[in-house]
Amino acid sequence: MKKLSFIMVAVFFLISASLAAASTLEEVQKRDVVQCGVSTGLPGFSNPDEKGNWTGLDVDACRAVAAAVLHNADKVKFIPLTAKERFTALQSGEIDILSRNTTWTLTRDTSLGLNFTHTDYYDGQGFMVSKKLGIKSAKELNGAAICIQAGTTTELNLADYFKENKMKYEAVVFDTSDQTVKGFEAGRCDVLTSDQSQLYGLRIKLAKPDDAVVLPEIISKEPLGPVVRQGDDGWFNIVKWSLFAMINAEEMGISSKNVDEMKKSTNPNVRRLLGLEGIKGKGMNLSDDWAYQIIKQVGNYGEVFERNVGAGSPLKIKRGINALWNKGGIQYAPPIR
Amino acid sequence: MPTEDSSQKTAWWNNTHNRALLFQLLLACAVSLFFVFIANNTVHNLDQRGITTGFAFLKQKAGFGIIQHLIPYTENNTYGRTFVVGLLNTILVSGLGIICATIFGFIVGVARLSSNWLVSKLAAVYIETFRNLPLLLQIFFWYFAVLQALPSPRQSLHIGDSFFLNIRGLYLPRPIFEHGFGWVVGALFFVLLAIIIIKRWAGKRQEKTGEQFPVLWTSLALILSLPTLAYFASGTPIDWEYPVLKGFNFKNGITVIPELAALLVALSVYTASLIAEIVRSGILSVRHGQTEAAYALGLRPGKTLRLVIIPQAMRVIIPQMTSQYLNLVKNSSLATAIGYPDLVSVFAGTTLNQTGQAIEVIAMTMAVYLTISLTISYFMNWYNARSLLKER
Repeated sequence: MKKLSFIMVAVFFLISASLAAASTLEEVQKRDVVQCGVSTGLPGFSNPDEKGNWTGLDVDACRAVAAAVLHNADKVKFIPLTAKERFTALQSGEIDILSRNTTWTLTRDTSLGLNFTHTDYYDGQGFMVSKKLGIKSAKELNGAAICIQAGTTTELNLADYFKENKMKYEAVVFDTSDQTVKGFEAGRCDVLTSDQSQLYGLRIKLAKPDDAVVLPEIISKEPLGPVVRQGDDGWFNIVKWSLFAMINAEEMGISSKNVDEMKKSTNPNVRRLLGLEGIKGKGMNLSDDWAYQIIKQVGNYGEVFERNVGAGSPLKIKRGINALWNKGGIQYAPPIR
Repeated sequence: MPTEDSSQKTAWWNNTHNRALLFQLLLACAVSLFFVFIANNTVHNLDQRGITTGFAFLKQKAGFGIIQHLIPYTENNTYGRTFVVGLLNTILVSGLGIICATIFGFIVGVARLSSNWLVSKLAAVYIETFRNLPLLLQIFFWYFAVLQALPSPRQSLHIGDSFFLNIRGLYLPRPIFEHGFGWVVGALFFVLLAIIIIKRWAGKRQEKTGEQFPVLWTSLALILSLPTLAYFASGTPIDWEYPVLKGFNFKNGITVIPELAALLVALSVYTASLIAEIVRSGILSVRHGQTEAAYALGLRPGKTLRLVIIPQAMRVIIPQMTSQYLNLVKNSSLATAIGYPDLVSVFAGTTLNQTGQAIEVIAMTMAVYLTISLTISYFMNWYNARSLLKER
């Protein structure tokens, strides 16, 4: 009933948030805080600790925007949303950015009144099974009961994959990812399916993480990234270029540790990124040092990745296709000039 | 008061009746204008933000699986079909819940008033425990506690080769009706008809002669004997399809998924605790003199309860029951928390999210709950009117 009333309220807001629409940037500046929609708890992407501080890759995407706009990466209010609530929350203006491991698809980009900015993590759907079943491949899953989170692309990919391979399955659909883990742990289902990065995150939530294995197959493309409302191009640019700034910073070797030193650099690319020459923040109505603030307070893309999901985290996910384009991956950002 | 003559007749707008009518008309106009404005504004805004509107999505392919469907359903069916599947699942759990909660609630309510100390205290503990815990917690309790206690499919609890119970659910044999089963159904109908006639006849006879006829036992004997006879006479026309363990899970047979069981138990147990108190209040509202009078006439306690007290108590009980039934139906939407595929979980959940058409989906869902609630309310009001004291 809570979910239902939430959606009803959100719909009401959608109705009442009528013609008077100030730009999101002005609203954020006036409010002095960025409202960021995140998951209800997914290690590596958006997860609160005991003190209620949020960390993760998705969290850092929002913190970067706060650093660029408000000069303080901590001026973010995180609003946990289930997969079902997320789009309505963004459409209704309850949040400014949706950064909640959300897959970029045609339907979502074109018919929900939303715009995907850029991909901050290239993912794919995978399967996690209990080790004692002795399963080596997803092709052996015929007839399995599968735990899924409601309202995700995962639900659709799963149906496609099993149909294509002429297999049958039983979908046990839960509201939050926590519940899918509980269902999996209790043995309600044989398999837990989700984006592969999430599986690693959910696996460490299990009482005995070693009892579960993630199967090698990836059955779909899941490009994840921040989403904003359609129709506010200024805000769209800010969120998009905040991400690009982090990726460019990694490419140029600028990190949170050496950014002050790099200010002395004579490399014009570096100088343009740090707001020492060129167009600076003008086109976005931001201050000159917008990118400097992001790098200083949040870090470059590589740092953010390693800290949250990579070697410096319990997840230990390899860079893989998320490495920079000149290091064997596909992360690529347009030049700052 | 002098009678008004025609020349002093008041203007039509000063006539109280006309005036009341005029203001009501104005109010109705204002309210409908308000709603038209809201609707227009919504459509305009949705359009401006590039959000798709309309009900065309109901014809699109859904492409996701639903674990329990009372009508045939596959991923290739439409979103419209997911609506029907979800609706039927909601009706199933609500219907079963209402029946179980009513029966259980009556038993506990009567037990609460029992002169047996232990029985009455047990009922009191039950009532105070379950009506004071949040329903969502109870649902989680039944789901996760029961899940943890059950074995995996390979170690199922079983009775012979036909009934299996494990963490994936309860598996029962499925009856397959063959040619000739019509005879059994026919026999059943015949028996039911016969019972009604016997009951009427027995009633009339009792009124005339005061002699009683064992209607209950006769009926039971008839129900058991005649259809069984027809069953064997027509050559045992029911075949059973047994559940078989294949790969991960059981195949064939009927499956009762644990989500349904947990939700049903939680809803029934919770609502029964409330109904029990309503039943108690109903019974206590009948004056003690009625009981004494019944005893004085020589009725035994069981019959006193059944024939004297309950019929009078019903007048107090029924109106309150209506609101409990409505609550139960609405509470069934908590199903989404444990993954039971009801309307809110399937349609207002997955379908809403895949299509993104929140307003249409939520409007349809609300319309469904409103319709179900109004239907129950209408039926209960009719029943209430029927059982009211007949004033002659």
